Amino acid sequence: MHAIEFRDVDFAYGEGEFRIQKLNFSVEKGEFVAILGHNGSGKSTLARLSNGILLPDAGEIRVFGTLLDEKHLYDVRSRVGVVFQNPDNQTVASVVEDDIAFGAENVGLAREEIGKRIDFALSAVGMEAYRDATVARLSGGQKQRVAIAGVLALRPDVMILDESTAMLDPKGRREIMEVVQKLNRDEGVTVLLITHFVEEALLADRALVMSKGGIVMQGAPAEIFSRGDELLAYDLTLPRIGIIAKRLREGGMSVSDTLDVEKLAEEIAGCVS
Amino acid sequence: MRIVAEHLTHVYNERSPFAVKALDDVSLTIEEGEFFGIIGHTGSGKSTFVQHLNALIRMPSSMKRYRKKRLKKGEAPPPATVLKVGDFDLTDKKTDFYALRKHVGMVFQYPEYQLFAETVKEDVAFGLKNFAEKGKHLTEDEIRAAVGDALAAVGLDYREVADKSPFDLSGGQKRRVAVAGVIVTKPEILILDEPAAGLDPLGKQEIMRLLHAIHGGWCKTVVIVSHDMDEIAENCTHVAVFDGGRVRYVLPPAELFRKTDELIGLGLDIPLTAKLVAALGRRGIELSCDFTTEDFIRKTLALKGGGA
Repeated sequence: MHAIEFRDVDFAYGEGEFRIQKLNFSVEKGEFVAILGHNGSGKSTLARLSNGILLPDAGEIRVFGTLLDEKHLYDVRSRVGVVFQNPDNQTVASVVEDDIAFGAENVGLAREEIGKRIDFALSAVGMEAYRDATVARLSGGQKQRVAIAGVLALRPDVMILDESTAMLDPKGRREIMEVVQKLNRDEGVTVLLITHFVEEALLADRALVMSKGGIVMQGAPAEIFSRGDELLAYDLTLPRIGIIAKRLREGGMSVSDTLDVEKLAEEIAGCVS
Repeated sequence: MRIVAEHLTHVYNERSPFAVKALDDVSLTIEEGEFFGIIGHTGSGKSTFVQHLNALIRMPSSMKRYRKKRLKKGEAPPPATVLKVGDFDLTDKKTDFYALRKHVGMVFQYPEYQLFAETVKEDVAFGLKNFAEKGKHLTEDEIRAAVGDALAAVGLDYREVADKSPFDLSGGQKRRVAVAGVIVTKPEILILDEPAAGLDPLGKQEIMRLLHAIHGGWCKTVVIVSHDMDEIAENCTHVAVFDGGRVRYVLPPAELFRKTDELIGLGLDIPLTAKLVAALGRRGIELSCDFTTEDFIRKTLALKGGGA
């Protein structure tokens, strides 16, 4: 069964130019999918459609087979959690524990169950030591981990991260990506990761590239990142290492389209000696 | 205008249980004409430092009620703190901070969150009207010209965007409008806290290109705070590394990024070119480059020429 399935989905924001037309795509259960695309390409719209923050104008969206409509909105939302970009906009309580409990309380779970969920969520994001900490005094990466924990407390089957690491420093970014990989691997959570960072997209099983509201490229992340001309056509760029490899090749060095530093160095060494 | 800081210390929430020493005896000079980079992990003091430069954080000695601390008997006086931006002495309460801020523009992280006006032209003109000399009324034409210049400097067309709501623009355009709102007064020093964060790859390139285009004209000095080491390696003349409220290094990128182990030890990344140089070094290939992509490619290709 597909975790998320879009069938001929149409969507537009009022009278604006941007629109999604006849979009078809699906994500399998347990899959880790990266979504790439320039600003304004429709990535966030896709995320918002996937848990009913936005509803399609036409076509249907199914989450684990359940049709996403107003009647099933809350069923779907309890299975699809979204983590947004700005950690400061996603925390509601002043203490970590209360913040994580917020969603679970809202869906009316029993008190003991909420306690268990908080334990689970805190340990999943590695923030056990901060249970009673003041949210405002945490670093950006820690706040974002609390935001993820709040989503996890609802035990979602699908997690959507909409540029959740964009406002973090490199260390905060690594923390989040470790948590996400662990959830995908150990808990079987399906992950949709929207990102501009190559190194994050490379962790995914599959990458999609969006442009003008449509999916224009699909494949293994490493393979996508080697298709430089196509990426450029969709207002994206080759990763820096790809640019270097390409330029070296143009200069007469036989190096491959690798995204791995050690491998590229090995190949350069091979050409030189 | 040259920026000189000597023995600069700043403590947040002083005399409270939450006291944090954000800057600890920082001495740093930024010469006029530089494209200066400031790096360091979160909490290292970078932002506290740059906020001093246009007196968003005021030196205690520049405040009205400042009284000199009395020294205990036999206690040596602390080294004198110096903080000067051009001729502005930021430790002096008589300094015209209003004039200073006109010369030192500050673009915060995610400046698009500070857009507020109904139209782009009003938003960009806001700073201009506020910084106009006292008693002087700017004419509509003057405002139109200055706003037009500022928008052109960030690569936007006045006719196209001026009457739009800034909130209807794309992320990258919003960022540029916000930058236009700061540069509309043509500050001599422009400080930007993570100017490219959160933009897509082309948006990042575009912002850096714009900064280079204005740098060297009326904008003499650019200071950027960044976590993106590739960006720093490609663009900066000098880089200061902050760590725990102190400045560890002030070096040109070509020298700084040779200190791979030290930087990683400080929890920082290194640019891709430095990673490649290090990986080549482990294979017995010494490559000396300034860590820009161009130079790396040139030197690497030259290796082959020499070997063949």
